[in-house]
Amino acid sequence: MTHILLRHREIPDINQLPVYKKSGGLAAFKNAVTKMKPTEVTDVVKNSGLRGRGGAGFPTGMKWSFIDNKNWPHYVVANADESEPGTFKDREIMEGNPFQFLEGLMIGSYAVGANAAYIYLRGEFWELAAALDEKIAELEEDGYLGDKLFGTDYSLRLYTHLGAGAYICGEETALLESLEGKRGQPRVRPPFPPSVGLYNKPTIINNVETFANVPMIMANGADWYKSMGTADAPGVKIFSLSGRVRKPGNYELPFGTTFRDLIYKHGGGVQDSRKVRAIMPAGASSSLILVHDDNLLDTPMDYLEVRKLKSELGSASVIIVDDTVSMDWLLNKTVHFFQHESCGKCTPCREGTYWMSHLTERIHGGQAVKADVDLLLKVAKQMQGKCLCALGEFSTMAVVSGLEHFREDFDNVVKAS
Amino acid sequence: MLSKKYPKEVKHILSKYPPEGKRSALMPLLFLAQREEGYINKAAMQDIAEMLDITETEVAGVVGFYTLYHEEKEGKYRIQVCTDLPCALRGADKFMDDLCGNLGIKVGETTPDGAITLEAVTCLAACDKAPMFQLQGSQGIKYHENMTVEKTMELVEELRKNTA
Repeated sequence: MTHILLRHREIPDINQLPVYKKSGGLAAFKNAVTKMKPTEVTDVVKNSGLRGRGGAGFPTGMKWSFIDNKNWPHYVVANADESEPGTFKDREIMEGNPFQFLEGLMIGSYAVGANAAYIYLRGEFWELAAALDEKIAELEEDGYLGDKLFGTDYSLRLYTHLGAGAYICGEETALLESLEGKRGQPRVRPPFPPSVGLYNKPTIINNVETFANVPMIMANGADWYKSMGTADAPGVKIFSLSGRVRKPGNYELPFGTTFRDLIYKHGGGVQDSRKVRAIMPAGASSSLILVHDDNLLDTPMDYLEVRKLKSELGSASVIIVDDTVSMDWLLNKTVHFFQHESCGKCTPCREGTYWMSHLTERIHGGQAVKADVDLLLKVAKQMQGKCLCALGEFSTMAVVSGLEHFREDFDNVVKAS
Repeated sequence: MLSKKYPKEVKHILSKYPPEGKRSALMPLLFLAQREEGYINKAAMQDIAEMLDITETEVAGVVGFYTLYHEEKEGKYRIQVCTDLPCALRGADKFMDDLCGNLGIKVGETTPDGAITLEAVTCLAACDKAPMFQLQGSQGIKYHENMTVEKTMELVEELRKNTA
């Protein structure tokens, strides 16, 4: 299959501006600015059925249409904070095919009337930010960014902004706080960013992969895009495959590809030919899918089908857990992550993740009794539905599903009384 | 003073944000302040607070919140190994243990010569290339992927030459 997003796999120099342009790049942006109304651009994206790739899967065109046109200026922000354990796709897009991402961001900015857009990168992407700065400068020199583009009244500038190590900044309102120079703590919603966002102005925030889809949709049309994937989730997705597989990596595949194809056809199968015991389809934030029946691997991956397995597709960061892994170890890892990354703003998450981490530590260390395992489940359930943002909720997913499906792993390591 | 020492960089940073969003310059300015010593001292925080018309407490609150800012002088280089779930499923914990043994320090400690601080960090978006770490030093942050203890120790020797 020819790639739509990871095009550098076929055209290695596509990260060079002349090569990107020769491959049809930037024509969609120029066409939009010179020949289309902003609302027409939004309509094409809406009709394509593109859903946000950051995890929530919210329809992109619909989000863009929510922008408040009574309040100006507008901003667009690209969420390049990629921090979910198991997700490493945005980094590859920005390294391999940066101009396609930037063009998508530029088209999105035009669609919502923004004259400035920020790319919020996690602080660890230091080298990547420097590389993007160079690409942005090239686009300015070449007349694709700046004032009065192509002789129209539309002006646009892009800026990179580095975070400094905080998973929570991937949450869009925490990201805005961080971009404003504050601690990255989520805001109470509503109001949502399309009404009140960056500097209290209407703001559209989308994931890097979402933007990378846009130039191809504009160039080839909504119907072309919808011809791929499923009715629930049209188009292609980059699946970040990690854990106990022979060939971990990013695989760009149509939505609806089965777990089996991802793991065996693309990922080369499980390491040491072991069996798949569990799958975390949305990184550390996933409910664990118990693979008790081999047929379960034939589930097609889109939002709807994965939800039927009582989990979520999220950003499609598929972590494969084999039958050598004990779940008390796994939960200790995930809970420790969330405890470390909880921003501390709301009590259920701050205290809940803290106490859960104490319990998983004790259980994994063989120091716990059966009542501790019950208490762990109780704390997780008490947190659910009470946290200010999704982080707190996510921290309970692996705990609740892990204890439900793999209780014996925990009972095996607790003391008799 | 940051604005005297790096006038070009400070001007460029401030130019990225609108007047009402001046405070946005805080995080990039903190990275600039951290550039030479590897940590942000009180004087720098005071300096930045004045530049952005905010209080020192607000600056310190941001420094304390984010893991890539440091308030104390430690090793000249920080080796930050990802030991999160996906990396751990591919041997990151053992890699970390072996590294500790070779360096003769525990996680969180600094080698006696002041060259290396070893830290465990959460996901760095390189799960398919474990074991991996990032190297934080005065020149910024660099990823080292698909690592072995041997390759890491060779790198450490190189870094030690720079420190001496």
